[in-house]
Amino acid sequence: METITKIVTRFGGVSLLPVAVALLAFVLIGAPSSWVTLTIAGLAMGMMIFLMASGLSLVFGLMDVMNFGHSAFISFGAFIAASVLAGLSGWLGSDLIILNIAALFLAFAAAILFGMAAGWFFEAVIIKPVYKDHLRQILITMGALIVAEQMILALWGGAPMTVHRPQFLEGSFLIGDITIEVYRAFAFMLGLAVYVALYLTLNRTRIGLLIRAGVENREMVEALGFRIDRLFVGVFMLGSALAAMGGAIWAGYETLITPALGGEMMIVVFIVVIIGGLGSIEGTLLGAIMVGLMANYVGYLAPKLALTSNMILMMVILLWRPNGLKPAVK
Amino acid sequence: MSVSANTTGTKVVKTTVLLIGALLLFAPFLFQDTRALEVAARICIFIVLVASYDLLIGYTGIVSFAHIMFFGFGAYGGAIALKQMGPGWDAVVVGALAGVAVSLVVAVAIGLLSLRVKAIFFAMITLAAASVALVLASQLSNFTGGEDGITYRAPSIFKTATKLMVDDDGKVMRIFGVKMNGKLAAYYFVFITSFVLFFAMVRLVGSPLGTVLKAIRENEARAEAIGYRVVSYRTFVFCIAALVASLSGTIYAIWLKYTGPDTVLSFSIMIDILLMVVIGGMGTMWGAVIGAVLMVIAQYYLRDLMGVAAEATANLPLLPHLLDPDRWLFWLGIIFILLVYFFPKGIAGTIMAKGEKS
Repeated sequence: METITKIVTRFGGVSLLPVAVALLAFVLIGAPSSWVTLTIAGLAMGMMIFLMASGLSLVFGLMDVMNFGHSAFISFGAFIAASVLAGLSGWLGSDLIILNIAALFLAFAAAILFGMAAGWFFEAVIIKPVYKDHLRQILITMGALIVAEQMILALWGGAPMTVHRPQFLEGSFLIGDITIEVYRAFAFMLGLAVYVALYLTLNRTRIGLLIRAGVENREMVEALGFRIDRLFVGVFMLGSALAAMGGAIWAGYETLITPALGGEMMIVVFIVVIIGGLGSIEGTLLGAIMVGLMANYVGYLAPKLALTSNMILMMVILLWRPNGLKPAVK
Repeated sequence: MSVSANTTGTKVVKTTVLLIGALLLFAPFLFQDTRALEVAARICIFIVLVASYDLLIGYTGIVSFAHIMFFGFGAYGGAIALKQMGPGWDAVVVGALAGVAVSLVVAVAIGLLSLRVKAIFFAMITLAAASVALVLASQLSNFTGGEDGITYRAPSIFKTATKLMVDDDGKVMRIFGVKMNGKLAAYYFVFITSFVLFFAMVRLVGSPLGTVLKAIRENEARAEAIGYRVVSYRTFVFCIAALVASLSGTIYAIWLKYTGPDTVLSFSIMIDILLMVVIGGMGTMWGAVIGAVLMVIAQYYLRDLMGVAAEATANLPLLPHLLDPDRWLFWLGIIFILLVYFFPKGIAGTIMAKGEKS
């Protein structure tokens, strides 16, 4: 038994969990082609959720601040990107791929810029006065969420909004008898790129070193003369921008968005953050992939259970590891 | 932050609450239209619901977003029992007990599982649990009626056609112009049960148990060090709050004669409860009364006012959209944030602290 544990730990420990889930699902599903399709869908979904959740997790790890209004950034990102795409529908319809990419880039840029600006505002106005007071943090960010959701309703109305996808992201390609939607592959690649960038920033740069040190022991870093509150503003803005970007990608994935989107995603994001363990990017990625895979597998195997699968997953993991799979916060 | 019993502010708050109680007691006679009675009954039920939430957030410092779930359990318990067993008191009792049983089991499970962890974890877990309950209620449609909900009949004494008292001609008797019919009986059923539940909670927080809860809120480590089992106390109060919420849900189900996800489980009601408790004042019980009254009245009457304001500003950009009657939560959200910043004790807490020094 001990040797098995050692081997598992050597190959990644809890990081193997998604692989185990995927293998189990392979046995249960039986048909390889649908398994591959589901796995890719799950991975793509996981990557999008990762984008939305990573900021929340980092912010909590660094500053012990839980932002219940995080989902507002997701909704705003989705709606802003959708509006930009709708405004540039002429570019999207054209055959020039350059214009398509430009429209997509502008949409994402708008969402990200908004996320950064709103994140700065949020941090400075809403959260700064209530550091270290969890109860009031929860209340205030909840209040901000209410206001933000109402603003979305006032600006875009309550009706569902169609999202125009760029031409080159439509459709799907075939490998053997496996169909892969282009947009899913795109979302997966984008999420992966962001993860790699985040990972490298956190582990290979001086800023990343400070962030990690701040998560570990904030007072000590401050005692060494670093302005961790400024760093925190940066992390908060980054997290909000990532959430907005995640929302933008999600909008393209769903193609029909409603103002309820933020609320729905918030639950998923919370579950991911809890499963992954607060404060770590790796944990968040792990949690997001688990949730994405589970949602797709369970949705295929037992559609009735699909809605509660995330909850059950969270319960099981919390029973096993009360602090999540890979917590950075002790 | 103990508030001594005899400040002038405390007297003001208690007098206000007493006045509200009197108004609610005589509501059918004072405000003789159906909408006002609707408002009064809703206020009664929300006072209980908000007070039970105050047990958690104000007295013990637990932030739960699952409170609406327990309310929903109670409401659906009553609704399903009344639908399946027909209108009768046996159905009410069975439904209430079933709701309470489910609530207690879920509360114990959530409590033991997650009250050990940080407040923030707990808030997130309860939020997830509540959302699952909402989804289940709309999915299990052959049991809960799905999105449409369940319509059923209340016990026959509460029917509008029921005559409680008849005059010499055999017609419904009127006292001060109020018809002595089933609607009145239903209102007083709501009022009395709500009053009993509220009074029980006031007694509870005044008991030694209430003191322990406050100790846990103020300093968890110290309470543990003195020898109180913090997790047990938290789980216990979580269960008590769940029980009261469930019972108030059943009362609401009987009053409304309709139960659906939007009326008893939706997240917006949870937000209402949160707003009521914070606006009224956390940790005072009286605050629950004030918060519930203000919010429910705002819900019913502020919208009319906003409609007028929206029309008046129709030519300006964006403003009419924000003043639209449906956007009333926008303004309440802003008020809420300002309150949490500047008056974290809420209305009741702030007034009660007045005159403390003298």
